This record gives sequence, structure tokens and C-alpha cells, in this order.
Amino acid sequence: MSFEVQRPAPVPTDASGDVPEGPVDRRTARALGRRTWPQRLRVPSVHGIWRQPAVVVALVIVVGWLAVAAFATLIAPADPIAQSPDVYAAPSAAHPFGTDELGRDVLSRVLHGARLSLPLAFVIVLGSLAVGGLLGLVAGYLGRVADEVIMRVTDLFFAFPQIILAMAVSAAFGPSTRNAVLALILVSWPTYTRVIRSAVLSIRGSDYLAASRMLGVGPVTALRRDVVPNSVGPAVVLATLELGNAVLMLAALSFLGLGPRPPAPEWGAMIAGGSRDLSMWWVSVFPGLAILTVVLAFNVLGDALRDRLDPRHAKGLS
Amino acid sequence: MTTTPPSGGAPARDRWRGVTHAARYISRRIAITLTLLLGVTVMTFLIVQAVPGDAASANLSETALNDPEVVAAYRAKWGLDQPLPVQYWVYLTNVLQGDLGISQQTGRSVLGDLLTYVPATLEIALPSMLLAVVIGTAVGLYAAVHHDRTGDQVVRVGTLVGLSTPSFWLSLVVLYVFFYLLGVSPSGGRLSTWIVPPERVTGMTTVDAALAGRWDVWWDAVQHLALPVLVLTTLTVAVLTRFVRSAMLEVLDADYIRAARAKGLPERTILRRHVLRAGLVPVITVSGLAFASLLSGTVLVEQIFGWPGVGQYAYRAASGLDMPAIMGVSLFVALVYTAVNLGVDLLYGVIDPRIRVS
Repeated sequence: MSFEVQRPAPVPTDASGDVPEGPVDRRTARALGRRTWPQRLRVPSVHGIWRQPAVVVALVIVVGWLAVAAFATLIAPADPIAQSPDVYAAPSAAHPFGTDELGRDVLSRVLHGARLSLPLAFVIVLGSLAVGGLLGLVAGYLGRVADEVIMRVTDLFFAFPQIILAMAVSAAFGPSTRNAVLALILVSWPTYTRVIRSAVLSIRGSDYLAASRMLGVGPVTALRRDVVPNSVGPAVVLATLELGNAVLMLAALSFLGLGPRPPAPEWGAMIAGGSRDLSMWWVSVFPGLAILTVVLAFNVLGDALRDRLDPRHAKGLS
Repeated sequence: MTTTPPSGGAPARDRWRGVTHAARYISRRIAITLTLLLGVTVMTFLIVQAVPGDAASANLSETALNDPEVVAAYRAKWGLDQPLPVQYWVYLTNVLQGDLGISQQTGRSVLGDLLTYVPATLEIALPSMLLAVVIGTAVGLYAAVHHDRTGDQVVRVGTLVGLSTPSFWLSLVVLYVFFYLLGVSPSGGRLSTWIVPPERVTGMTTVDAALAGRWDVWWDAVQHLALPVLVLTTLTVAVLTRFVRSAMLEVLDADYIRAARAKGLPERTILRRHVLRAGLVPVITVSGLAFASLLSGTVLVEQIFGWPGVGQYAYRAASGLDMPAIMGVSLFVALVYTAVNLGVDLLYGVIDPRIRVS
């Protein structure tokens, strides 16, 4: 055991020995005898999250799939929609994942599938975050009638199972990529509204917001400087978890024939193609594994982020 | 934990207050549910109306569409030529009388169709739910007790994998393994083709076969049930286990558990009497939600196993733009969902006296 005396850090000086001008960090400021202001409430940080091996693996998987999506045309050994007489070829050196019922290379289709699923998942999440987040802010911050109306509408949406509503809407508007995305945004925004609203409500009841109001901070400024930044944590957690969900739901709609039109290499549609002949397992197994890895990676990341950012789950209560 | 309000030795006036509290709580919940259901009818109606898809072009043949008279007759028959509020009013009064309309695809009443298909779905949904609650509670409690040790890590990873698996893909995989590779399971449907179905009483093949005393048929039906139930259970267990685990972790952290340990109660008694009991309260809520998500999970699973349930009916209705059927299914599922939620809320009041009073 050593008893080192904690000495204040030496005041950083430049070569001439003068004290630096302008803003310095708190310790320096204190050492210089300048006035220090209490810091703003610390938003919980994601520091140290990389020490969990699962998070590193998940991040590698996500980055890997993003790279595949970006460079699919360069990596893929074949054209994803080029048909060949070589139908239902088992996995081999020429076709590592085999070929499907039209002789298309399954590996190339799986790789190109990332170009559909990942960007569309981001669009779905951003779209529902924009709609749901905004409504959640309004409901939580304005309260009263706005809150009551918005929350009753979300109740209504929660009374429908997501997949049935999405199915009905995308079937009604006609099966296409755009309509599937719109249908999924339509069914997923209420989740964001609830989460953002409860985050806003907890901030609205906090002492420091009352303090800032007493200091004369206007409602709009408070919204911008305190309420919105403090709802970012829950929003990020939810969005990460929902990315996985969006990939799953999109695949489900495509599986039902309500997603991107054939011959687009969508993972769910590929699984549907493979379901026609069970003995040709490779046609549906590989796109399924693609979905599984992407969704699992997003879920692991979302879980880890929640442990960090959501105080209720801070003790690893997932 | 009794169902009577907390009266004890209190004077009669207090007992009355408890009763009125309970009555007010229950009537408030029921009023909310009814309003929600009314909203659901508006919403199903609006979705069907707002869509650009045209029921006439979806249901009539090409030659019929070229004949304006046929199209007009079709529109008149389904009330498609009336103004919207009138259409909604007609729809609502019919629904309240139990008339959900005629399915444009099957040509039968939607209510009759639902009564045909719902038992098939319940036959796979109920056993899955039961299994999932039992397994989820046991595994979740195990993981919570072994918090952050190997067993807990395995459970955490396992449930995440379960959550991330597409149900339709899992169905195909188990079908490939148990039907194609091992040959121990039928490929789909409710009964083998050579079997004469038992007389229809409940609509659930296993129950009907048992009622008729035809145990060979019962066994065949159980074999057909096994794989869909396996898939649905797997997916629901993943959700429930995670929730039970975190609920139990929270309870294990409570002061009264520390007190129980401090006074020297054996660990088994603590788990059974205190942890499990307190932790099960939130689990009931989630089970209600999980049942709803299980119902929607059947849409995809029924598709793979050729199971003639509500899920398949919903899919066929949606892809055929069969409006009365879409509205009927949506209304039915929303009804189940709100009923389950109402049941959960009321059960909650019974189990947790604090909610009843507040």
C-alpha cells in the first residue's frame, strides 16, 4: 500500500510559461482561481461498453454486413438475378451456398440482399423515429389534451398485432418495396411515441428543469437544451433494438409476397422460394442465417446500450 | 392475497369504501376497453376505405370488369356506392348485431369463417402459451438466481437468439429436420389425409377426438400439432424468460429478501414464498402481451405448416383485398387483445391490493 498525496495537476503552460487564455478544463480553472460553474447534468455515457466481448462481436458483424451492403457488387461472385440451367445445385466450390430454383447463385443473392434489408431497415427506423418521436415529444411536453389524444391513438395501434396491420396495409396499397416500408413505419411509430413520451415526462418532473424555469429559461429553449438531449438515450436504445425488428418484419412481409418484387434478392422472399422444396435446404437456410446474424447483432448492441443508457436497467436487468 | 377488499377487522364503512373502489376500478377498465373497441371499428373501417386498392377489381374477373353494369351491381351489393359515414354506420350496426358481413372470397359469413378457423389457431396457441409460461418462469428464475454466472450468460444469449430468429425460417428448419431428415413428423395440416375427422364439437381436433374416444385420431392430431407448437413455444419462451429474469432480479434485490435471508430462512423457502410470488405479478402482464404477439406469430407459422387457422385466413383476406374478412379478422384479434388486457388488469387488482386502492 502506498500513500500518495493527490496533488493538483500542474497548470498547463505553453513554452513561455504564460497561463493559457480562454476556456480551460475545470481543474485548470480551479487551479487558476477562476470561477467554475456546476456542470450540466451528465448524460450517462457509453464508456467502457467495448470491454464486453459480445458487443465487439456484434459490432464486427454489423460493420461487416454494412461493408457487404456497400461493396456487394464487388464481392459477389455472380449476378444475383442471372438465371442459369444449373438449378438446385448443392453447395460446392463454384457455388458455396448452392443455386436456387432458377439456377441463381444463392451466395450472391444473400450478399446483395444486404443492400435491400439494411438500408430499408434504417429508413423504417428513421421514419418511425421521426413520426413517433415528434408525437412523443409533443405528448410529453404539452400534456393535457394533446397527450390524451396522442396516447389514445397509440392505444388503438397497439390493439392490432403489428404483422396483421402491416399485412393489411401493404396488401391494400399493392405489394412493393415502398409500400412495405410505409406499412412498417405506420405500425411501428407508436412504440417510439410511448418511449419518448415517458422519457420527456421524467425530465419534466425533474428538479433541474424546474430550476431552469425559475432562472427564466423559456419553454422552447428548455425543450432544445434539456428535454431533447435527455431523450436521446432512450431513443438510441429503442432505435437500435428496432433496427433488428425492422429487418425481421420486412423479411416477414417479403416472405408473404408483400415486399420487394421478384427477382429482387430479398432475404424473406428467398426463404419463401426455398420453402417450395424442403430437400434443397440451402436455398432457405443461408438467407435465414443472414437475417439471424444481422438481427442478433442489433439486439446485442441495443441490449448493451440499454444497460448503459437506461438507469432502470443499469444493473444488467435486461 | 384474497379476492376480497382489504377489510380485516375494519368498521363496515371502510369495507364499503373498498367495495366501491373495486367497483369503480372495474367499471373504469371496462369503459376504457369499450371505447378502445369502438375506436378499433373506426380504424379497421378507415384502413379499408383509405386504400387505393379497389375491391371490385380485386374480386371480379377481367371480363366482368369490362362490363360497367356488373361492376355497378357489385358496388351496390356491398354498399360501396354510399357516402363514407353511412357506410360506417351500416357497418357498425351490423357488427353490434354480430353480423361481420360476407367474405368476398369464401362467400360465407365472416363470423362463420372465424368460428371455423379460430379453434384451429387456439389449438396451437394455447398449448404454446402454457408451455412458454412454465418454461419461461423456470428458466428466468434460474438465470436470475445465477445472475452473471455461466448459466445466466447462456440464458441471455439463448433468449437473444430466440428473439432474433425469423419464425417462418425456424418453422422450415424444424420441418426439414423432423419431417425430411428424421421422418418422425408429418409435413403439415391438422390430420393425416386418410383419417376421417372426428365429429366437430369444439373445432379443436384433439379435444373432439378425445370426446369421441378415438385415441388413434387424437394421437395423429397431436403429432401434427407438435412442430407448430414447438416453434411458437420457442419464440414466446425467449420473450418471457427475459422478462421473468429481470423481474426476479429486481425482487432479489429488495430489502425484504435481504431481511428474509438475515433471519435465516432457507434459500428454497425464500425463492418460493417471496421471490416467485412477488416476481410473478409483472409476469402476468407480459404473458397477456405475449399471448397477443403469439397470435400474430401464427400468421407466418400457419403459412408454413398449412394450418387452417386465423393467420392463414388473415393472409388470404389481405392478399385478396377481401374487405369484410380483413375487418372481421382485425376486429377479432383486437377484441382478443383488449379482452386479454382487461383480464390482466382485473387479475392484477386481485393479486396486488395496492393497485385496487390507488
